[in-house]
Amino acid sequence: MAYLDHAATTPMLPEAVRELTTQLAHTGNASSLHSAGRRARRTVEEARERLAAALGARPSEIVFTGGGTEADNLAVKGLYWSRHAADARRRVVLASPVEHHAVLDAVHWLADHEGAEIEWLPVDEVGRVHPQALRAAAERGPERIALATVMWANNEIGTVMPVRELAEVAAEFGFPLHSDAVQAVGQTEVDFDASGLASMAVTGHKIGGPYGVGALVLGREHTPEPLLHGGGQERDVRSGTLDVPAAAAFAVAAELAATRREEFAAQVGALRDELVDAVRAAVPDAVLGGDPDPAGRLPANAHFAFPGCEGDSLLLLLDAQGIQASTGSACTAGVAQPSHVVVATGADPELARGTLRFSLGHTSTAEDVAALAAAIGPAVERARSAGLS
Amino acid sequence: MTDSTAPQQRLRVLAAMSGGVDSAVAAARAVEAGHDVTGVHLALSANPQSFRTGARGCCTIEDSRDARRAADVIGIPFYCWDMAERFRADVVDDFVEEYRAGRTPNPCLRCNEKIKFAALLDKALALGFDAVCTGHYATVVTTDDGRRELHRASDAAKDQSYVLGVLDDRQLAHALFPLGDTTTTKDEIRAEAERRGLAVARKPDSHDICFIADGDTQGFLAKHLGTAEGDILDEDGRTVGTHQGAYGFTVGQRKGLRIGHPAPDGKPRYVLDISPVDNTVTVGPKEALDVVALTAIRPRWCGEPPVGPDSYTAQLRAHGEETPVTAELVDGELRVEFAEPVRGVAPGQAIVLYQGTRVVGSATIDTTRRRERVAG
Repeated sequence: MAYLDHAATTPMLPEAVRELTTQLAHTGNASSLHSAGRRARRTVEEARERLAAALGARPSEIVFTGGGTEADNLAVKGLYWSRHAADARRRVVLASPVEHHAVLDAVHWLADHEGAEIEWLPVDEVGRVHPQALRAAAERGPERIALATVMWANNEIGTVMPVRELAEVAAEFGFPLHSDAVQAVGQTEVDFDASGLASMAVTGHKIGGPYGVGALVLGREHTPEPLLHGGGQERDVRSGTLDVPAAAAFAVAAELAATRREEFAAQVGALRDELVDAVRAAVPDAVLGGDPDPAGRLPANAHFAFPGCEGDSLLLLLDAQGIQASTGSACTAGVAQPSHVVVATGADPELARGTLRFSLGHTSTAEDVAALAAAIGPAVERARSAGLS
Repeated sequence: MTDSTAPQQRLRVLAAMSGGVDSAVAAARAVEAGHDVTGVHLALSANPQSFRTGARGCCTIEDSRDARRAADVIGIPFYCWDMAERFRADVVDDFVEEYRAGRTPNPCLRCNEKIKFAALLDKALALGFDAVCTGHYATVVTTDDGRRELHRASDAAKDQSYVLGVLDDRQLAHALFPLGDTTTTKDEIRAEAERRGLAVARKPDSHDICFIADGDTQGFLAKHLGTAEGDILDEDGRTVGTHQGAYGFTVGQRKGLRIGHPAPDGKPRYVLDISPVDNTVTVGPKEALDVVALTAIRPRWCGEPPVGPDSYTAQLRAHGEETPVTAELVDGELRVEFAEPVRGVAPGQAIVLYQGTRVVGSATIDTTRRRERVAG
């Protein structure tokens, strides 16, 4: 079996498993005043401090959530509501068209239900938003902007965005910039304080932590309207009993991701380059998606379009050989749609139907790449004969 | 003859899984027979509804999930293939156009011919599969000289060979119907699904036309063809009523004519003819429906086309009775004479010819010849 879908989820680190299982054996609601509660609270606060340190944030800037999707929704909807409530002119959401659906669909929902106006930020052929593009959009009426949202690194094609430069533009015009950093943590340097972002979404299961836990890193001056009302946990922004074991294990994984990042990026980057070379050797007309410059993309990401192939057919053929990859695109009733990311980069929609993402992780080996190298040529040939239906 | 469901070899099988109980059990049996099975759900609607309502419709997101869950329980890979565009062009548009022309099509046959055993089969073969498996109740047998024959299911009451009568040799060569040799009842299939841990065991059967989710065929046709008032005529050409569109009627139909005054003889009247050209519907007595012969076009043969006139039994609709006929292929057109007159034969329907339990072939009814009646 060659697991080449670490961007979907990556195996939990043994250290995180240990922390999770240890904590699961303890009782205690972190909001309780008695000793069990105090113990739980102490675990959560230590996790908060470790997570904050790993992400270049202050402990008070960590809002634990049920994952990346919730963190994105809280930032996008919550900041829209609070900013619009403070000044009714603020209706515009500036967004990149290559955002993950957790942001994209939240933005669409605001437009459909809350009267928001979406202004799409143009991206270049590798899917990158340039600071000039944000500036141009801001200059059209900064007083109308509720927020902007640009992901740190793209989940499909791996393009890394110039987050700090974008945040400088946002600061200059006085609107908050949110960034979905779910894919970036552990692969590229993610320092919240240095970034100048208003908020940033992160999640556990992409970095070797547990599923179902994430965080919104939220600058202290921002108070989004909550999505969840209740007991007032997490700065009153995210009510709900804290998941103590998950928070603790998430923090362990984040800490390891930060300390191992440089070494991991170098190793996985070399393996990724091997993978890219192998695919190109087997399928000379395969088109590498995203930034060809390794400095501009996530080290674990490789993305290809295979002309004349249906991505689904390739998935089936590779899966039958024990190779697990992803088309990286959204599903309705399990039906693959052409990737909105690939389409946004201006690629031929026909080409967008035959894309595959190969993403590596901490358990990836040269054997995984060799298995793909052996299988991809015949699979593409066969998928081509099945054609585009 | 050998039963094809007992494999001589391990085949790579693509199981079409609708999300219903039959196709789920069929896929499970194919696995049990030793084949290497992959499940696929066909998304046939461009805008699927979220949930199924009762026994109607299919291809909802819920059906897709039911199929996926069944595949997971059986332990096979599962994919969802989007064939909505092909389905619309080959089945739905054809259905509408046939009604526009005053004929009565059977979209299930069309889907088997053009989608399941064409678009799906072709893609499956290109991807390296050997066969497509469905939950149809029919039997494929391989003769001693290696030919494939389609036969009625062992249980005549559940037989679906009629809707598969459009399959030719090549299509049959790659078809697997694991439910065909069962003499079990539907309840027993459900019990088998239950035993296999398939949650679809208690799901209601789907019937009606899958792409008309609310079951309102007339409403569907009105939406696609519009409404236009026309005359209802009697056999002598006198206007006896009006209608809102000739396509809304089927030859042999009695109900829903809404003719104000009764026939002179007081007997009920039936639709005899539909003429989309002048948007008229002709009605008359039951006896006028008696058809003694017909011609049918687009013949498809499960094997060699027959030479010269021969005796067969014919089935004219799904779950219809068999009736003895003599049939002959003349200039690519099938000419059929009935031993006894039959009623309610509508152009556009399929006639499927059998010899014993074997399906010989099928064709689309084009014209009918009525029995000449003694005036009076």
